[in-house]
Amino acid sequence: MLSDKLKMRISLILGILSWMAFTYLDLYLLFYQKNNLPIGLTNYVPRILQTIFILSLFFFYRYRITKAENFNFLDLLWKVFVTGLITTIVSLAIRSFFMVFGNSAIANNLLLINLFYHINIGLITAFLVSTFIIWKKLILYQKSKLLMQFWNLFEYSLLGGLVFDIIGYQQLDPVYNAVLVFLVLQGLVLSFNLKWVAYLNFKQKWKSILFIVLVGIYLWHFFTNLTAFSKNYTLVLDLLNEVFIIAIFTFIFIYAVVSILVIIFNLPTSSVFERKLKEAMDFQRLSQSIPAGQNEEQVYEILLDSSMSAVFADGAWLEIEGEDGEHSFVTRNVEEHEVNDIKISVKNASVKKILSTEFDRSPGSQKITAALKHPTFKSIMVLPIMVKSTQVGSLVLLKEVSDGFNKEMINIISTFVNQASISVENFRLINEAIENERYQEELKIAKRVQQALLPSDLEHNGKFDICAYSVAADEVGGDYYDLLKLEEEKYALIIGDVSGKGTSAAFHMSQMKGIFHSLSQLNLNPKDFLVHANSALSRCLEKTSFITTSFYLIDTSRNQIQFSRAGHCPSLFYCKQDGTTEYFQNKGLGLGILRNSDFHKYVQVNELNYSEGDVLVLYTDGITEATNSNGEEFGYDRLKRSLEKSSHQAPTQIKEGIIKDLYDFLGTTDLNDDYTVVILKF
Amino acid sequence: MIEISNTEEENVQILKVIGDVDASSSIHLDSALAEAIEKNKNIIVDLGQLNYISSAGLGVFMSYLKELDANSLKLVLSGLNEKVFHVFEILGLDQLLTIKEDLDKARAELNEV
Repeated sequence: MLSDKLKMRISLILGILSWMAFTYLDLYLLFYQKNNLPIGLTNYVPRILQTIFILSLFFFYRYRITKAENFNFLDLLWKVFVTGLITTIVSLAIRSFFMVFGNSAIANNLLLINLFYHINIGLITAFLVSTFIIWKKLILYQKSKLLMQFWNLFEYSLLGGLVFDIIGYQQLDPVYNAVLVFLVLQGLVLSFNLKWVAYLNFKQKWKSILFIVLVGIYLWHFFTNLTAFSKNYTLVLDLLNEVFIIAIFTFIFIYAVVSILVIIFNLPTSSVFERKLKEAMDFQRLSQSIPAGQNEEQVYEILLDSSMSAVFADGAWLEIEGEDGEHSFVTRNVEEHEVNDIKISVKNASVKKILSTEFDRSPGSQKITAALKHPTFKSIMVLPIMVKSTQVGSLVLLKEVSDGFNKEMINIISTFVNQASISVENFRLINEAIENERYQEELKIAKRVQQALLPSDLEHNGKFDICAYSVAADEVGGDYYDLLKLEEEKYALIIGDVSGKGTSAAFHMSQMKGIFHSLSQLNLNPKDFLVHANSALSRCLEKTSFITTSFYLIDTSRNQIQFSRAGHCPSLFYCKQDGTTEYFQNKGLGLGILRNSDFHKYVQVNELNYSEGDVLVLYTDGITEATNSNGEEFGYDRLKRSLEKSSHQAPTQIKEGIIKDLYDFLGTTDLNDDYTVVILKF
Repeated sequence: MIEISNTEEENVQILKVIGDVDASSSIHLDSALAEAIEKNKNIIVDLGQLNYISSAGLGVFMSYLKELDANSLKLVLSGLNEKVFHVFEILGLDQLLTIKEDLDKARAELNEV
């Protein structure tokens, strides 16, 4: 496809060439006629060329003028003015030529007269066509589908007029008149589309009037010029005989007149329109979100200023309780000490309520304006500022006249206040979101730290094999397990679960790790270990926190385990010799529950001799209490069966078997608790 | 969700807990217990309609043991279902708290002394 620029150039060249062609042919015809020579050419050829000229101009201007996307009305009118000016200057020059050479032979040369006339034709046609295109832009501003259709009809009718002109009807011929009236009527109807006028401000309106008046003068000048030629000289082609030209001429004139009238009638209302526009701008400023790092004050300033100017208030103040409990107070034309006096002089109860930040969202419209008994201010309007459906403050507008606020004003201010509230609310929400983001980050760090607390490898000898699995539902969990070599062939094994979840649980878990590592050095028996651990934890755990644990001392030289349970879910043991899988039935009390010297009464130590192939499974209650979508718990029986199935396998396989059974049962991998399982096989 | 109501009788007040006690609802249980202790009257906590209790909930009961003792108040749990009782049992709280099958037995326990 051709680019617009190229199309513009082609149409311009075509226009110039066709103008030259039809001018030459017209003069040629004239010369032959004058000398009564036989003409080998009909009159139609130059007329067709003229039509091509007009169409070329039409395309040229259409590309040139519609190209600009962001046009402004004054620029468009300016273009009309400039085109008209050039045309006028040239035609004035021609006029002066005839004045100077008045009666000399050269001024009476028919060929020269017609040449000059053709130059006029070219320029006036160019002016008419360009103005027509600009009028089109103005008329079609904010067009509707119907208007567009009607305009297209008008353009096609004009094209029809152009073709009609080729036939060459004379002025005032009934057919000519009928066509003209038809075209002009369409133009007249279209002339009442002037939406653009509303968008001019006061100054622009005056400028527009000036430009359009000048266009009118051009038109008048062209018309007299053309009629003068038509009257005084014999013309090969009289533009006044062309219905297309006359129709466009009339249309441009009508639109100019209508525009001027409409602009004049709109002059007094332009201030209202400007004000509305300013309100819209203020509204937009209010609705822009507050950039991070800035504060809410800015919104309040804008709110106060735009509200004041919107209702012509004489004084105002804004009282806001900030998010951090800070009180902000902004005033305009009111002294702070006056504020209390004004508050007292309010006569209306509901307005008083809003002022004292006790606004309740009761149904029905609240009265927000009231009369004042105050030396300066006579009327007051108070609007509550709501953020997250609680009143955070109030906007107060004052006027020196009584009953100064009408319904319209209340509406505008309500809109302003609502928008400001939304901005502030958004701002606060964003701040919260940023805060949350930071917590999330911190939790991730906590998770990394916590995972480092779990042993990365469990050191053991050839007499047993061990493996573990632990996942946390939250970012940080409260499950703990560890294995420590105390001396040759002697190991301490622990599993623990901290009550509660999240960061505090993770902290307690790290305390547990510290206790386990330090007490293990002392080579204590399970009872002493738990008693000491309880006493240490009693001093540092929160009031409602406790830790459940199971502690095992494994002596591989004697194939013996000593163990104690402190509130932790009972461990599962598979005895290969008997082929039984049982939970230990020992008693015990969680650490940190009884924070006095009585704890030792609740510690029970058990002993067990194991043989090769036996399996010990430690786990946390996350496993047995894991609940599927039907509300069923995984439970002790399923865990037991799971071990029974796989007890002959290596610990890793047993672990995987249990985890698979658990997830199959849950039907999801979404965790609702921490899951930890430790498998030890002798 | 949790619902707690307190019915005061002559020598005893009965806290009825309905629903699940998890980390978030345990706060309500905590405040209800704190309020009850202030009334200086023996307490029966009716857990007959408690479906689930988390470690946080157990922590709440545990945290008042000392205070109850100091005020020489008695607290009896009643009507625990098997699952809930098991949770108390594993932790060993059944050794520190008095747990009875139903309200009547709980009342009887308190009247005995």
